[in-house]
Amino acid sequence: MAISTASRSALRPVPQIVADKVEREPTGWYSWLTTTDHKRIGILYIVTTFFFFIIGGVEALMMRLQLAVPDNTLVKPEVYNQLFTLHGTTMIFLFVVPMMAGLGNYFLPLMIGARDMAFPRLNALSYWLFLAGGIVFYASLFWTPPEAGWSSYVPLSSIVYSPAGGQDAWIYLIHLTGLSSLVGSINFYATIANMRAPGMSWGRLPLFVWGILTYSILLIVALPVIAAAVTMLLTDRHFGTHFFDPSNGGSALLWQHLFWFFGHPEVYVMVLPGFGIVSEILPVFSRKPIFGYRAIAAATVCIAFLGFLTWAHHMFATPSPLVVLIFVMISSFLIAVPTGVKIFNWIATLWQGAIEFRTALLFCVGFIALFTIGGISGIFLAEFPVDWQLNDTYYVVAHIHFVLVGGAVFTIFAGIYYWFPKMSGRMLSESLGKASFGFMFVGTLLTFLIQHSLGLDGMPRRVYQYRNYGHLALYNMISTVGSFVLAFGVLLTVINVVISLRKGANAGPDPWKGNTLEWFTTSPPPVNNFDVVPRVRSVEPMKDIRREVERRTGVTRSGSAADIPVPAGATRVGH
Amino acid sequence: MNRIPRPLRRRPANARRTAVLLAACLSAVALGALAFAPGAFADLFTPQSGGSPNANNIDSLYKITLYVAIVIFVGVEGTLFYTLVRFRARRGAVPAQIRGNTRLEIGWTFGAAAILLVLAIVTFAKLSSIQDPVNSGPGGDSLAAAADGDTLYATSNQRLPPNGKSLSIKVIGRQFIWQYVYPGTFLKTSNPDLLGQPYTYEDMVVPTNTTVTLNIQSLDVVHSWWIPQLGGKFQAVPGLSNYTWFKIDKPGVYRGQCAEICGRLHAAMIAQVTAVPPAQFDQWLSNLERNIAAADAAAAAARTNLNSQTGASAVENP
Repeated sequence: MAISTASRSALRPVPQIVADKVEREPTGWYSWLTTTDHKRIGILYIVTTFFFFIIGGVEALMMRLQLAVPDNTLVKPEVYNQLFTLHGTTMIFLFVVPMMAGLGNYFLPLMIGARDMAFPRLNALSYWLFLAGGIVFYASLFWTPPEAGWSSYVPLSSIVYSPAGGQDAWIYLIHLTGLSSLVGSINFYATIANMRAPGMSWGRLPLFVWGILTYSILLIVALPVIAAAVTMLLTDRHFGTHFFDPSNGGSALLWQHLFWFFGHPEVYVMVLPGFGIVSEILPVFSRKPIFGYRAIAAATVCIAFLGFLTWAHHMFATPSPLVVLIFVMISSFLIAVPTGVKIFNWIATLWQGAIEFRTALLFCVGFIALFTIGGISGIFLAEFPVDWQLNDTYYVVAHIHFVLVGGAVFTIFAGIYYWFPKMSGRMLSESLGKASFGFMFVGTLLTFLIQHSLGLDGMPRRVYQYRNYGHLALYNMISTVGSFVLAFGVLLTVINVVISLRKGANAGPDPWKGNTLEWFTTSPPPVNNFDVVPRVRSVEPMKDIRREVERRTGVTRSGSAADIPVPAGATRVGH
Repeated sequence: MNRIPRPLRRRPANARRTAVLLAACLSAVALGALAFAPGAFADLFTPQSGGSPNANNIDSLYKITLYVAIVIFVGVEGTLFYTLVRFRARRGAVPAQIRGNTRLEIGWTFGAAAILLVLAIVTFAKLSSIQDPVNSGPGGDSLAAAADGDTLYATSNQRLPPNGKSLSIKVIGRQFIWQYVYPGTFLKTSNPDLLGQPYTYEDMVVPTNTTVTLNIQSLDVVHSWWIPQLGGKFQAVPGLSNYTWFKIDKPGVYRGQCAEICGRLHAAMIAQVTAVPPAQFDQWLSNLERNIAAADAAAAAARTNLNSQTGASAVENP
């Protein structure tokens, strides 16, 4: 305190919110229902989405069981169609996208030194809209769940071919989660634009925040398109319009364009925040600054822009003019360049580091390894004559899972292992974590690598049965075994979290020697996050703060947050 | 950082050797697997081919891309693995505080772009051989010769062989069966009131050595036509026509199935193409036409009979 008072007197005062009184944090279930605290909303998001992740995973296991042997009769064809529709929709709309919103909600304000999101009540609204979407969708289990796939192509999803209400439940899910994401994205954008700590210029924004920023912009641009498309589908189904009905002057192909104009940016919505998580974790555990901060931030923005020009590569097999196919091939090739640049930058970040193999780092490295495979198979798919053989086969299933299990699931798990101490104040078990990583990594390779060959062997996706020709029986069995290995890995992390919440070692404010401001406060952080907001002078404010502490105290490692003296330029408030 | 004393930066040589060895093993496995690929597990690495020139050309484009991909894969994963082994934290290890290297970053940006540029050029070079139909062989079917400007379904969007002659077959997708309509001669002239074209379901019979152009349509939902050995997939979208072609040299049966989810029995919507010598095809087609004409005549007779029995004249064509 003495130090801070002395240093403060010499500086101009920085305008800060002054708290006269700090109330105790309310507890009990009612406080969770009414909370507008970004951290609690973040936890609500993370727990709910993880729950949906488990449900989506069980659906995947049921599909793999059905496909384990040829001509299997375990589930009926309609049940299988419902399973892949539920699985795809759940994983995208109820797991990855809102999970990123949850991590963003918890950590974005902390990382930029804000005390909450810009619009706390809108923030709560976003969560409850998301939950409503999930409930509406899963309520269809009690009637007839949707069967037309997560892309719900017309005319299959029209009232004639999908008369059941499950399809409408899918439409409402898109509406509700879309509204949730739209409100949330505007909130993220407003928070990032207006509430950064003093000194945190755009060039000092943590890369995870860059990820959430582009995530938000992509969603703000893409969501209105899908909202309009599903509304048109809804009016086609129930109010007699003919937007997608070719026999009445509509176009079945229009749906594919509208859907993928949203659907492709959605892929980047799912992976860009993950790229951000990796860009935060790698420097911490290799004890090196991120290699090429500007290049990574610029590549993120580049990917977001190009992401809007590649949607028709999902439609190479449709009756489309050659010039469209060529344009989309080139734009898909182009987007591989900034993505490749990121991978090189991450490896260069590890290069000449002192790499500490913590679980969080393992998941990041696993992500790089898996995402590289997904990126390479993407090059094959971008060449449209090759795609004519590969699209709608298990090759594509393999590709999307390398991209999404690698790019989203592994980065989310990296984030969980990295940030769990901050959220709970307790450490996760490293040995259980590493075992979990091992099973998940091997499981992912076993499950999805062989699916490339399934596709090359002629197995289309979304079939509930297959005849045993080529090596289909063998390949499918390998994939099914792999899926259970992967699921076991996930289970170990669940067990790890449950045990560590009660028995984990005390984490302290900064167990990893992090670089960003979330490690400046206690674990878990108080309601107002920071009593003081330090002035930010680089991309790694915590490194500066630690250095300053060392310089002033002569002690190499500080004890707790309370001991951290106020750095130059900050003002202490409250208490 | 050059300020770090040299001995501190040295890592044990065996770590490097392990990494190099592993990278070598990795590439050896990949190349070895490729070498064995033409054998029992040909389907492990490459798409199916061997039925038609377009499928063969897709296969060779795929293989060129695969060779480039293997180099990228081994390079990136090998570097990653080497980095992890060599730069793991050890006592006394000092991480280099490097923040970037503009020249290096510009280098790999353009390097990545150059690889993709090469692949784009290769794709363009191969494109014509995949999408443009070739002429029928000298022993091709005579029906194909009549196709010059006379085909019912050829439109300006459809690509035809250089001589303009092909056997045009209409492929119609419906839940959950494929229908094929052949250009017949007999039915059209013998009874103009009827549909006038011979057709089959599920099994398409075609002459060998003859270029067959397909006009793919749908009656209900979106389907996707796919016989792997005869080239790529083409969606059957209601309200639109999609086109592809193939030319089979060897008689045989080529199997495939609908590739776009089209409802509950999507998996049962199989397709096959049976290639027979042209003479046999002509024989088969005229038999088919006669059978259909006979069945149509029998049905017409039954209708007339029914009408006279019930006195209802409106039961013409339900």
